[in-house]
Amino acid sequence: MIRDITLGQYYAAESVVHRVDPRVKIIATLLFIAELFIVDDFKGFILCGGAMALAVAASKVPLGFIMRGLKPILFILMFTFVLNIFMIDGHILVKLWFIKITKEGLLTAAFMAIRLILLIIGSSLLTFTTKPIILTDGIEKLLAPLKAFKVPTHEIAMMMSIALRFIPTLIEETDKIMKAQQARGADFESGNIMQRAKALIPILVPLFISAFQIAQDLAMAMEARCYRGGTGRTRMHAMKLMRRDYFVAIGLVLLLGLVILERIYL
Amino acid sequence: MSIQVRNLTHIYGKGQPDSQLALENINFDIYDEEIVGIIGHTGSGKSTLLQHLNGLLKPEEGTIVVGNDEITAPNFPMRNIRKKVGLVFQYPEYQLFEETVALDIAFGPKNLGMPEDEIWDRIKEVLEMVDLDYDEVADKSPFELSGGQKRRVAIAGVLAMKPQVLILDEPTAGLDPKAHKSILEMIQRVHEKEKNIIIFVSHNMEDIANLSDKVMVMDCGKLVMVGTPKEIFAQRDRLNQIGLNVPPAADLIYKLKDAGIPMADGVVSMEEAEEELYNYLRKK
Amino acid sequence: MADIIRIENLTFEYPSTEEAGSKKALENINLNIEQGTFTAIIGKNGSGKSTLAKNLNGLLLPSGGRILVKEWDTADDEHIWDIRQTAGMVFQNPDNQLISSIVEDDVAFGPENLGIEPSEIRRRVDSALEAVNMSKFSKKAPHLLSGGQKQRIAIAGVVAMRPECIIFDEPTAMLDPKGREEIMTIIKQLNKEGITAVLITHFMDEAVLADRVVIINEGSILLDGTPEYVFAQEDILKSANMDLPLAVEMSNRLRRRGIDIPKGIVTVEEMVEFICQYK
Repeated sequence: MIRDITLGQYYAAESVVHRVDPRVKIIATLLFIAELFIVDDFKGFILCGGAMALAVAASKVPLGFIMRGLKPILFILMFTFVLNIFMIDGHILVKLWFIKITKEGLLTAAFMAIRLILLIIGSSLLTFTTKPIILTDGIEKLLAPLKAFKVPTHEIAMMMSIALRFIPTLIEETDKIMKAQQARGADFESGNIMQRAKALIPILVPLFISAFQIAQDLAMAMEARCYRGGTGRTRMHAMKLMRRDYFVAIGLVLLLGLVILERIYL
Repeated sequence: MSIQVRNLTHIYGKGQPDSQLALENINFDIYDEEIVGIIGHTGSGKSTLLQHLNGLLKPEEGTIVVGNDEITAPNFPMRNIRKKVGLVFQYPEYQLFEETVALDIAFGPKNLGMPEDEIWDRIKEVLEMVDLDYDEVADKSPFELSGGQKRRVAIAGVLAMKPQVLILDEPTAGLDPKAHKSILEMIQRVHEKEKNIIIFVSHNMEDIANLSDKVMVMDCGKLVMVGTPKEIFAQRDRLNQIGLNVPPAADLIYKLKDAGIPMADGVVSMEEAEEELYNYLRKK
Repeated sequence: MADIIRIENLTFEYPSTEEAGSKKALENINLNIEQGTFTAIIGKNGSGKSTLAKNLNGLLLPSGGRILVKEWDTADDEHIWDIRQTAGMVFQNPDNQLISSIVEDDVAFGPENLGIEPSEIRRRVDSALEAVNMSKFSKKAPHLLSGGQKQRIAIAGVVAMRPECIIFDEPTAMLDPKGREEIMTIIKQLNKEGITAVLITHFMDEAVLADRVVIINEGSILLDGTPEYVFAQEDILKSANMDLPLAVEMSNRLRRRGIDIPKGIVTVEEMVEFICQYK
């Protein structure tokens, strides 16, 4: 059903990776991405891949679930792979009419593909193991220093978490309005682009009205519950760095060091 | 005009791990000019059933015949279903979108290809049916009206399509007693005028008892009881088991029976309860 | 007991629009709510009852007169948060008042705004969820709950702020009978534990459960007293197009036919009790 759509694709499980502080996880993910770009040969990927395999194993997220996450980017993956194979000159392995496959092309294609796969798995591991709402909290905390430059970090985070809360509600609402207009004979499936765009008006107008109503009600409910911005506000889930968070941080710095050493000396 | 539903089964999210049997082997007949009340608690499958009657959902198995048409046949044109069966959703005021009341009511008939001049006559007719004054509201924005009026405009928008079967999903939900009463009167007026089949869902057992010729009780996707209001509300214990109740007047009589006072069976309405109590107390 | 809310000559006008001009939604309301009581405020849609509710904790401010919550004037900016913490509010639409996508985080929202210690918030959230019987849903997403369950979470969110008074603004209007019953049970329970309850409703059978019934009609107080007193005023109620509770209606019908039924029977239970001992 439409209401079962979950954003961020969180995979509920009890694991060390799930419990790691969201700030550490966000930084870890950013560092990991940086490392992938520092690496310039296959040996480097052994380090990165190994570290990631460790993280995936510890996360208890099934491999099949992770692989499914790759599906949407399969096309991009194939596209870059093929492009690399054909576009790079060098030692020719196979030649068919005007198509030639070179050794360098093949290697570059494989290299880019591995980098892309590691990149996607690495960053989706963050959303698989962190609830969107906790991720928002983490972002808010990480952005906190920007408050000094008058960036409304609390407001940004609050907006993100309210959006997460109301996406399912609005999807449900859309579904309801669509059905009601279909019952009145509305047709969303035939006609040219102009006709189809026009057919959306009976959905969009009620949806906007409903969204405004929600915003108005919600603002009043928040005020009634003493919401007055981020100052003086405490959090139930106080984020505290635990020993495991330091281990993860140390591990990442080690990996970064190894990757740099590998690039320079090997 | 009649409706026959045979072996209707519907599954939500078929083939997925969390698939749900929403309707299970539903069978019933509705005859010409009947008013049918459907009761059942939230999630019992009422709304799913209604959406099948109007072709918005397709069954996994089973057939629905409306008049002479099998609307569940693979290539049956949707537009023909919508012409026959009008469905008013819960809180239908959310579906209003046009600039004026008249234009909003015209939306359905236009989609069905009704000729322009006929549409305008029909708008007058349906506004009268829902007890709104044409001259006063036709050119107003629907968003300026009160809650109860908006609801009546939304219902008028479905009535304008001249459905032979009118389905209303909780038409009185969230209304205050006065608006509630006026919607009920409106349903009766529409029925007298259009001689159509009316199917409505309600949690208000008194309304169900007063309005329906036939009551259908749903529980966990199954049709568990069908009968006249008297037959249905004579089975309080069974209704209680599935989380439903009897109308308030009947509830009073049942409570007296529980307390050991001899009371007749089959009391449903306020008037019947009054008679019963009067006869008992007078003899004392 | 002391009054927790005092309403003195309250008048409220919505800001005027070009066409309609300003309209008085409430006129000259005087009403004191005593600590620990359960008051039902009844009225039709548009009678001004919701406007009144939103005036009670400073969400709307009086155009004339004043409202005191404990000793604080609602128009006094300095104490507005004390007022809202003292007089919590539950709204009609269960969907539009839950802020977080996890139940327990939503309940924590109020206490977090009050700047309470994390460990204390945890305790309050757990006990508030317990109070509304929703502990086992603490990690769920609100959009997967039923209307009645969502409304219970909304109540828990207010309870966690430890208010002395809760204003319920038509909390059952959008619920099915089962949900309505759950909510009424919780309101009665909270009242028994000492929280002052103000229930805005249009359901007569909910009003009969209160200690005191106030009927608002066209922006003014029409009747005010115990349910027994208020529902005995049949003529006034009928003139304002109000329904009567079933037991009252039935008593009136029987009385007209010469059966001697005392005034003051308002609930079905009282009616049954009376008939059982009738000789």
